[in-house]
Formats: sequence, C-alpha cells, structure tokens
Amino acid sequence: MSGDPIYTEMIIEYSRNPSNYGKIDDAHIQRHDSNPLCGDSIDLYLNIDDKKISDVKFDGKGCAICMACSSVLTEMIKGKSLDEVKKFEKDELLSELGLQHLIKTSPVRIKCALLSLKALKYGIYSYFADKMNDVESAGNLKDEAANLY
Amino acid sequence: MQKLSSITSIGDHVQSNIFSIEEIRGDFPVLSRRVRDDKKLVYLDNAATTQKPNQVIDAITEYYQNHNSNIHRAVHALAEESTEAFEVTRDKIAKFLNIQNREEIVFVKGTTEAINLVAYAWGRDNVKKGDIVVTTEYEHHSNIVPWQLLREETGAKLEYIDIDENGELKLEQLDEYLATGNVKLVAISHVSNVLGTITDVQKVIKKCKDAGAKILVDGAQAVPHMKVDIASLGCDFYAFSAHKMLGPTGVGVLWARKELLENMRPFQGGGDMIREVHKYETTWNDLPYKFEAGTPNVADVICFAAAIDYLTKIGMDNVRNHEIDLTKYALEKMSKVKGLTIYGPKDPQKASGVISFNFNDVHPHDVATIIDKNGVAIRSGHHCAQVLMEKLNVAATNRASFYIYTTKEEVDTLIDSLEQVAEVFKL
Repeated sequence: MSGDPIYTEMIIEYSRNPSNYGKIDDAHIQRHDSNPLCGDSIDLYLNIDDKKISDVKFDGKGCAICMACSSVLTEMIKGKSLDEVKKFEKDELLSELGLQHLIKTSPVRIKCALLSLKALKYGIYSYFADKMNDVESAGNLKDEAANLY
Repeated sequence: MQKLSSITSIGDHVQSNIFSIEEIRGDFPVLSRRVRDDKKLVYLDNAATTQKPNQVIDAITEYYQNHNSNIHRAVHALAEESTEAFEVTRDKIAKFLNIQNREEIVFVKGTTEAINLVAYAWGRDNVKKGDIVVTTEYEHHSNIVPWQLLREETGAKLEYIDIDENGELKLEQLDEYLATGNVKLVAISHVSNVLGTITDVQKVIKKCKDAGAKILVDGAQAVPHMKVDIASLGCDFYAFSAHKMLGPTGVGVLWARKELLENMRPFQGGGDMIREVHKYETTWNDLPYKFEAGTPNVADVICFAAAIDYLTKIGMDNVRNHEIDLTKYALEKMSKVKGLTIYGPKDPQKASGVISFNFNDVHPHDVATIIDKNGVAIRSGHHCAQVLMEKLNVAATNRASFYIYTTKEEVDTLIDSLEQVAEVFKL
C-alpha cells in the first residue's frame, strides 16, 4: 500500500520508536488526557525554565497517529519560549506529518492526531492560571483546547 | 393503501428451514453498497448495531405516510390504527420471548435505559447501605455505571464476578457473595458484547433464587442471536434493544415480573403514566403504562414488529446455527494468522458470533482504519467495557461481529485485509 495518506513511513517509524517517550518526575506541568471512545490515553510532562520549555516528555498508550503526533509535537516545542508555544497551531503539527487532510477526511482520527496538542494547551493554561496566578498570560488557551476538535 | 396490521404480520408463525443468505442479503439495501475506493461493504460491526431489511424500512415509511398519530389518547381513525399497531408489537415480543403477561413488557429507548430504570425505580427503594449488588468483569458500561450511581446514593457494595483465562465467569465467586446473605441483586450479561461468551444464566438464576437475590439479565447481545425463553429462564428483570436485532434505534424493552413492577415507584412522571392527577397527588396508570411516561417512540416501536417477524420467519435456531458455523470457520482461519491474539472462548458453542482480537502490537484503531480501506467495517476500541479491558490488560481490541447476512467470503476478506496491516506496519 504505497502512498497511503495516513500510514507513511514516518508515522510508522515514530509509532515504533516514539521521541521523548517517558516520564519527567515532578514535572512543572503534567497533563493527562484521553479519547474516551478510542482508548488513546497519554500524559504530557513539561519543565519550564526561564519562560522556555526546557524539557518535555510524554507517555501512555495510543494508536500510531497519536504516538507519531505526540512525538513530533514534543520535538517541535522543546526549547521554544512559552510565548511561541502558546501560538502553536494545529496546522503546524499536522503538516509536519502530512496529516492536514484528516481535518476534512476523518473526524474520528483527527482526535488521535491532536490529543497531545490539546493536553499541551490545557497544561500551559493551568500553568499560568493556576500555578502562576496569571490569568492574563493564560489567555484563551483553555477555549482553544476545548475547541481543538 | 396497505393496512398497518398487514405490514406488521409478515411472516407470522412461519418457521422456515430454508436459510438462503443470498435471499436474505437481497432484503438489506445497504449490503450492496460500495464504500471508500469502490470497495464492497463488508459489515462486521453487528454487535454495535445491525442493518435493517426493507421490511423494516418500508414499515417506517408506511407508518409516516399513512398512519402517523399519537397513541392511547385520541379517538380518531389514525390514533386508533397507531395505538393498535403499537400494542401489536408488544404482543409479538411476548410471543417471541415466551412472556406470559404482556403488561410486563415496558418500552424504553434501549437496554441502557431499561437498566437505569431498574436501578432508579427498584434499586433506590430496595437496596440499602451494606447490601450487595453483584455484576461481572465482562459487563458493558450500561450494566456497571447505574450500579455505581446506586452505590453512591445508598452506600451499598458493588462486587464483581471475575473471568478466567477462557473469558468465562468464575461462578464460584457468586456463591461466596450469595453466602453472605446480603446480595440484593445480581446484574449480569446474557452474552458478553466483547468476548461473545454466553453466560450460563440458567445456573446463575437458580443460584440467585435459592439465595433470595433478585436477578437482572442484560440480553442486548442474546435476544438478537439465539432463542430466549423468558418464562423458563425465571429471572426477575430482562433487558434488550431493537436496533441490535434488525429493528430501529431508540427502542428497547424492559421485561420485569408483574409483582415487582407493581411495587416499584415510577421512573419518570408525565403523560400516559397517570390515572388521575390532582394538584398534589397522582394515581398511577396500569402496567406497563405506569413506566411509559410521555409520547413513546411510536413509529419505531411499530416497525420493530417487522424485525421480529423477519427473525421469526428465519427462525432463531437457524440464526444461532449460522453464527456457530461462521464463528467456527472464522476461529479456525484466524488461529492460523501469525501475530493474532483472540480473546474469549475458542469454542463456538460457548460464544455468540463475536470475535475480539489484537494483531501483533498494532493499535486496534490503526487496524480498523487500514482494513476500512478495503470496505471492512469492524469496531475498535474498548467497546464500552473498560473494566474488561483492564482485566485483559489491553487499551483496546478489534471486534468482528456477525449476523444472519454475514458470509464466509466476508470473513475471508477480513483475514486477507490483515495482510495489508502487516504490510503497512512492516510486520
């Protein structure tokens, strides 16, 4: 099945060997999320130093799409400033893996692709709003997360 | 114009021994559909919902075109026709399941609502702090969560019968629970929606009766697939859904013993369930109407009769034999596929036409997406049975489930499609 629009070499490779897979003990941000109907279930861990993401990992169980997207997301945000990460859009993540078409073609599988991004947005929101008491910086990340898919 | 009563009497009393799959498939328009890249649809998600034959689809159209009316109230012609047809379905269910009293048949929207009705209207008055409700590890969430809610409200205990490595219940645990003398209710699936395991309900019911515990049977995966005789089972509550047996969505049945229903408070208040309403007090309508508040799903209840007729015509023993035959075929072929793990009984006599499996370490969602390109529709996920998934130590499984129109060629297509999964994942 060459030219499969979902299961590219890259996705299969990431699903076999996910990047940044594991746990950060006592992470500054830890966010769990799951897709109730399909069984994807991940935890995202972030450490923040000097307003930058100094470390990021994820663990959990999920399909190939979920594993690949979580891997790529962690690669893309590592070392970035929180301001940059706050503006991170789903298209940036999906295009990295050639999965933009899922938005239109698969309302079910798009949830697998965006689960980690949803966890990221919620995580950063609660970091600002709950931990730093800085609702202004938290902005509308919570709404963005809720309306991601 | 066709009379409603004539629509809903197709095939009455006719038990045919001729089981022509070609003929049956011809009654289901969706089965000749092509999906994805012009692939023939191979529908193997029948435990979720079955397809509908023309007889059922036509009955819906006929009802809305010529008879649509509310029931049990007005005296005009349409209302009389609708009311009669609605009650005909109740009679057909009684006959189909050997139920002696038609007033013990309560229409609800599905098995889930039926179980919630029992938890609410019976459970809250009969289960107290320290009492035990027993369920099993292979229940659907609809036979777990209502009891968790009841537990929170009453302080009762919720206990589980575990499953063994064959996916069968360790019934000796039920003896232990019953021996405490505190078990008020045992709520159990007749057939597991994930493993297909057929529960020895006869045995369970006897144990419960001997111990004085009430017994609820979730028959959502049993009534569509085998002959069920409520009178000889002797349970207290039995629930099932129309849409898993060729009927429409939004219709289910709660059967309960008359004396239980009589002593239960209503589930919902409203129209149709009352005899007299005054400012501060109300008297209840007779059974079963006491439990059927508001306008019911009239159209779908009426056309459910066409589904019962269809199954009656084929004969439930034939349905069961066809599924045993298919499951045997599928298990034999699937056991030869490298990397395939099958969960549940390997003996087709002990299971309904449901096969849960995992393929190597590929996530079930990926399996389902890849074979969907071949037109093969299976279910992947936790099947509303997360307690069972935990027990099996998997996040999810794939589930192929068969019905009267499933062919061996379709089973072959499923198995062939797994090769593509192996190819994509370089297994």
